[in-house]
Amino acid sequence: MALLELNEVQASYGSIRALHGVSLKVEEGSIVALLGANGAGKTTTLRAISGMVRASGEIRFAGHDIAGRQPEDVARLGIAHVPSGRGTMTQLTVWENLQMGAYIRRDRDRIKADYERTMRYFPWIRSRKDQVAATLSGGEQQMLAIARALMLNPKLLLLDEPSLGLAPIVIRDIFEIVKAINRDDGTTILVVEQNANLALRAAERAYVLEVGRVTLSGSSAELAGNESIRKSYLGD
Amino acid sequence: MYLVTLTDFLQQVVSGIASGGVYASLALALVLIYRAMDVANFAQGEMAMFSTFISYTLITSFNLPFYVVFPVTIAIAFAGGVVIERIMIRPFEGKSVITLVVVTLALFYLTNGMAGLIFGYILKSFPSPFSSAPISFGGIFVTVQDVGVLGVCLVILGLVYVFFRFTKVGLAMRAAALYPESSRLVGVRVSWMLALGWGLASAVGATAGMMIAPITFLDPYFMQPILLFAFAAAVLGGIESPLGAVIGGLTVGVLLALVGSYLPAGQNLRLPFALVIIVAVLLFRPAGFLGQATVRRV
Ligand SMILES: Nc1ncnc2c1ncn2[C@@H]1O[C@H](COP(=O)(O)OP(=O)(O)O)[C@@H](O)[C@H]1O
Ligand SMILES: [Mg+2]
Repeated sequence: MALLELNEVQASYGSIRALHGVSLKVEEGSIVALLGANGAGKTTTLRAISGMVRASGEIRFAGHDIAGRQPEDVARLGIAHVPSGRGTMTQLTVWENLQMGAYIRRDRDRIKADYERTMRYFPWIRSRKDQVAATLSGGEQQMLAIARALMLNPKLLLLDEPSLGLAPIVIRDIFEIVKAINRDDGTTILVVEQNANLALRAAERAYVLEVGRVTLSGSSAELAGNESIRKSYLGD
Repeated sequence: MYLVTLTDFLQQVVSGIASGGVYASLALALVLIYRAMDVANFAQGEMAMFSTFISYTLITSFNLPFYVVFPVTIAIAFAGGVVIERIMIRPFEGKSVITLVVVTLALFYLTNGMAGLIFGYILKSFPSPFSSAPISFGGIFVTVQDVGVLGVCLVILGLVYVFFRFTKVGLAMRAAALYPESSRLVGVRVSWMLALGWGLASAVGATAGMMIAPITFLDPYFMQPILLFAFAAAVLGGIESPLGAVIGGLTVGVLLALVGSYLPAGQNLRLPFALVIIVAVLLFRPAGFLGQATVRRV
């Protein structure tokens, strides 16, 4: 059964419509990629899911229709959103950033366990807990943002362009970690990317957005072999 | 002759530090709200005035001792701050700075008018919780009053520090003020954090009111000069820095005490002097002592 399902979702900024009816499904335990050019509506789709932008249509998550809910409530259902630009709380320490990730939780022992689990993916964080987050490099901030999201112990992880502005070697590390999180913890992941190559290698399925509409979808293998995809997004 | 002058000078400094504690408290209240909304709450002083009238009523009409009245008033002020935010500020959350300024000005006149209506305009003397007996520290005489006022203010400021530094809600309030979007994504009810901030600022302001009222007398206008001094303190310390507000408050307290006692007609020069501080800081060092020119990556 799909953990997340969008049905004809529309969203606007003022009078400008950014999503013209987006439909997609994310199966439980899978990684799904959302591809598309700059301005296609990828970020807006994630923002619609987490309630950061007002959306109409149907957004079903684990049996709830969450369209129109506030982000605070969506987070409580188990959706962690790593926003575009990472949303690092730069003036807070690394440790405080992680604490904020677990803000809605009360189960101390489980939080401790999730912290240990998170540190398996990001062992370098342990020794740098007391550092102010602004002093981290871009790649480290991206990792911290993912670590903060894991502290929510999410059912669904939304990643908005985790590769943005990072060196290829760092990007590779981050995608390895993303895959490991999915494989080892079974966390369902919806990842937005402009870098289709990367995303198709990590994901099982992908959707392609163009000006607020899904124009293509399929398994990663299908899409990677698709002629127009190769031309537009894979740089052939 | 020289010794007498030095002693006198030091006494002025000490009593300046004591009033500085009061300015620091109200300045901290301003900073708390400024950090959360990017707006100075012009009604902060009037809210403190209203709280002080409540404590006056509890003392004089209900004959309660000050050590009971003080925490009760702080609790009422806290609740009042939360309610005011929910009713008057919430509808304007996210609106432009100028809109919010107008709302706090409206709150200023509303609070002032209500205080006049309920408590009257006659000057009242506020019973001091501390004696004005002098105690000597190596030849410098300070009053129990001065020491008590400073002590109470420092304890309150310390509690605010501990709250923000070491509690989960305190951390969430800091995060909500600086990073509202990221905070909402991890589940923080940012709008309620703002209400809590108003409650806290109101409570800290009430402390300032109750500490300064025995020195200044009480009427619906008594906090207005104090608010100006607190503004000078907050601006001097860096309007976004809580520690700056405290340092700024103590500094302004000492400067005003010296101006008041050493310049001819100095008492009348204190308000203009505070204005000079504000203008000078804004002109020459807008970030104040401790404010950082925040770098925002877009
Ligand atoms: N805050 C905003 N206000 C107005 N328009 C916006 C805003 N954010 C995005 N848009 C517009 O919505 C469309 C989709 O943007 P976005 O979802 O950010 O695209 P992507 O993430 O795919 O690059 C674009 O046309 C963009 O200009
Ligand atoms: Mg985007």
